[in-house]
Amino acid sequence: MSFLPICQELNSQPLDELIGTQDENAVLRALNKVSLRPEDFMALLSPAAETHLEAMAQEAHKRTVQHFGRTIQLFTPLYLANHCSNHCVYCGFNARNDIPRSQLTMDELLIEARAIAATGMKHLLILTGEAPNKAGVDYLEQALAVLAPIFPSVSIEVFPMDEADYARLIRAGVDGLTIFQETYNPELYAILHPAGPKRDYAYRLEAPDRGCRAGMRVVNLGGLLGLDDWRRESFLTGMHAAHLLHAYPGVDIAVSLPRMRPHTGEFQPAYVVEDQHLVQIMMALRLFLPRLSITISTREAPAFRDNIVPLGVTRMSAGVTTAVGGHTKGNETAQFEISDSRSADEMCAALKARGYQPVFKDWESISGSPRPEAAR
Amino acid sequence: MNDLFDIGGKHLQSRLFIGTGKFADDALIPEVCEASGSQVITTALRRVDLDATTDNIMQHIPKRMTLLPNTSGARNATEAVRIARLARAMGCGDWIKIEVISDSKYLLPDGYETAKATEILAKEGFVVLPYMNPDLYVARSLVDAGAAAVMPLGAPIGTNRGLRTEEMLRILIEEIELPIIVDAGIGRPSEACQAMEMGAAAVLVNTAIATAIDPLAMGRAFGNAVRAGREAYLAGPGATRTLASASSPLTEFLSGAQA
Repeated sequence: MSFLPICQELNSQPLDELIGTQDENAVLRALNKVSLRPEDFMALLSPAAETHLEAMAQEAHKRTVQHFGRTIQLFTPLYLANHCSNHCVYCGFNARNDIPRSQLTMDELLIEARAIAATGMKHLLILTGEAPNKAGVDYLEQALAVLAPIFPSVSIEVFPMDEADYARLIRAGVDGLTIFQETYNPELYAILHPAGPKRDYAYRLEAPDRGCRAGMRVVNLGGLLGLDDWRRESFLTGMHAAHLLHAYPGVDIAVSLPRMRPHTGEFQPAYVVEDQHLVQIMMALRLFLPRLSITISTREAPAFRDNIVPLGVTRMSAGVTTAVGGHTKGNETAQFEISDSRSADEMCAALKARGYQPVFKDWESISGSPRPEAAR
Repeated sequence: MNDLFDIGGKHLQSRLFIGTGKFADDALIPEVCEASGSQVITTALRRVDLDATTDNIMQHIPKRMTLLPNTSGARNATEAVRIARLARAMGCGDWIKIEVISDSKYLLPDGYETAKATEILAKEGFVVLPYMNPDLYVARSLVDAGAAAVMPLGAPIGTNRGLRTEEMLRILIEEIELPIIVDAGIGRPSEACQAMEMGAAAVLVNTAIATAIDPLAMGRAFGNAVRAGREAYLAGPGATRTLASASSPLTEFLSGAQA
């Protein structure tokens, strides 16, 4: 069973009310449990938990260190193309936006990849918009032929595809899938995605299931925080992760917590997710799913990222640009503005100063022949 | 005391194996090796990066240590075999700890796939140390497959919950001829000591040392505990009693000492 029927059932419940009416006793019960149930997760996301953030932090810290140690795995994104046929109203790559569109050639990609590799980064996340006739599966396969010999781990954050296409990309060297549902609210989803293939809520919602079935090693989910009520969205994100963990026990499931901030553009977030809310979500996820990987991007500011290191995060991006070819060509066509522009070296120094070990490499591709440099 | 632990052609003086995961700073590793007295260290091949322009975990492992690469991340026998061969090709030696885990929630090992990988790699000349659930039948199949030792878990990995599988470990120690190295779950030196008193050949401890507030002191404490437990095992502790010895035995009359 995929997450779709589970999500439909959950969405038919009065989730706002169920979460909103959790009381202090429910929070304390949840804090004292080893294995939490969905209702405990609700309690930790509720307003009643807001006066127990320190207790949650202590527990979240303990469990994170127990399962992951004092380590943070680093990765960096590489934008391959920004052509897009979608009309996501919140996105800088929206098809209606008049921005320079480009797509890296394989020669440009090699230069970009070498520039990233020179910074020491080993885990790469490649991104495109959704324009399958320009940057489709064939293009990704060609890109992977360039990247797989250089990086021990390559993940994709592209467009949802069929299981067979995921399997094809895994054979080409992909080991991770990142795909955000943006919002689990189907009505709001329809409003925010007025045109383009991304309109299909169900196809996107089931993409992580297809990725797991195809043999992805890591599947990273997320909702774009700020589009809808964060408590309900975070509850559904956690339930999505719990479903995948249960249904595909061999897959490393991760959740990202991308947060929209008020900005100068046209589209403003409907709900402001404050720092303390983001921290509450992260800690509630950690207590509900102790082994869940949690990803925090450079959307967040340096000081905030440094402060949340002990509270549950296990993966962070560093040395980031969100523009196509941004590592070698400049930053004019960025998808969104990042807040933490620190290099890989600077990020490492910051983690070490907090008593954390940055982990650059945490996978060795075993799908094909050994990488030339690894076999030395 | 001349009590060497012979395994894979090596004569080890320390019966504490340690790991490289979860340290706040990999630079602590050589000091922990020193403080604990350990001679064997396991590391996940997935973390090994020989061409790192930045930090490389291998540079922190003292030369005197025997490297025990592990197949962390393998979901079946085929993947474990590939990782083991890669480890050998990368110059990590012939020792391999098989971890075949396809459950990311509890990280429990898959006995069937582990036995398959063990058989293939033992035939290729590896010194194979498989991580396993303490199950007698799996242990026997690992013996048949050519394992050099078996590494049953005391509790789920990383939990620091101690010897929750004590009764099953006792059976393995009694029934299996190979060295039993208790791996995973040991959270305190007293538990490592207990495993050694029970007759385990060695213990492997990572999380409890790496995530301690003072990993060096904890490494030293584990080294001492393992030595104490081993000595106690060799000394042969007196039998425990559930009742105190009666000072006026009820059966005294049978000895004919009647007044």
